[in-house]
Amino acid sequence: MTAADWGLLSSTFAASFVECVEALTIVLAMGITRGWRSAIAGTVTALLALAAFSVAAGYALASWLPTSALQLVVGVLMLIFGLQWLRKAVLRSAGLKAPHDETQEYAEQMAAARQAGDRTVLGVDAFGYLVSLKGVFLEGVEVTFIVVTFGLNADNVPLASVGGGAAALVVLVLGVLVHRPLSRIPENTLKYGVGLMLATFGTFWSLEGLGIFTPSRDSLSWPGHDWALLVLLVGWLLWSRVAITALRRRREPASPRPGERVAS
Amino acid sequence: MRPIRLLGQFLVDLIIGDDPKIAVAVVVAVGLAALLLIAGGASASVVTVVGALLVVSAFSVSLFLDTR
Repeated sequence: MTAADWGLLSSTFAASFVECVEALTIVLAMGITRGWRSAIAGTVTALLALAAFSVAAGYALASWLPTSALQLVVGVLMLIFGLQWLRKAVLRSAGLKAPHDETQEYAEQMAAARQAGDRTVLGVDAFGYLVSLKGVFLEGVEVTFIVVTFGLNADNVPLASVGGGAAALVVLVLGVLVHRPLSRIPENTLKYGVGLMLATFGTFWSLEGLGIFTPSRDSLSWPGHDWALLVLLVGWLLWSRVAITALRRRREPASPRPGERVAS
Repeated sequence: MRPIRLLGQFLVDLIIGDDPKIAVAVVVAVGLAALLLIAGGASASVVTVVGALLVVSAFSVSLFLDTR
């Protein structure tokens, strides 16, 4: 495997890992409070729906849409996901938002599950089933987008799928072993890194995809071609550091210089 | 009607999440870059570079609105 292959594998693994940890927290909370039958049934349904969605969307996108339109649609979605993560990472690093805490998220899910009414359909608790289904499907769609985008960009979707699949497997095994949310995972740091990557690929693809509006419908070409990805990554990283520093300074009032009087 | 409402809610959760400003910022920035290409007839290099700056600017504005 080349360095680029390892890069693709590790980036899809890290991005998918974060999403899978969030899905696990939801499923665990439902399983413990509402029963494992409904949580597992919801998870299995979500995985089947996800497989069908991935095949149908992948076929439709690859067969009917020109490459530039695919880049525009997927790029805009990547950019939205990436900037949402980057926004949270910047606010957390600047001390303006509490770090994401899987334990707290788990407690909130458990409290909501305990308060929900009891409605059983075909022997399965409806609340636990639906919440597990929605959680796994929602996080799974994001994993799918990440795997497809990174894979297509590196021209190696199978390897990207291995990264995503391995992350899901590791989270599943860890979840079965520890039987509680994976709160020791440095989720905030992972999200910052993945947010930077998604913002980079999202910016690159969404603007390349604007070529759909030209007479030829060919993707636009960036100056420097694929090297622009590196420039974008460095640009987003520098921008985020500047934003964190500026927000920290705004939050913490300047301390008085020696000899300076402080108004009471 | 219920499946459509559920699908709509799912798409809102997926795309907009807990902060609609980001989605709006991205759509506005990419939309302006598209306008530059279609109406302005700018070259690919100009559209991509200006588009990237628009995305960064739109994101900065949304972050400023978050923290003012």
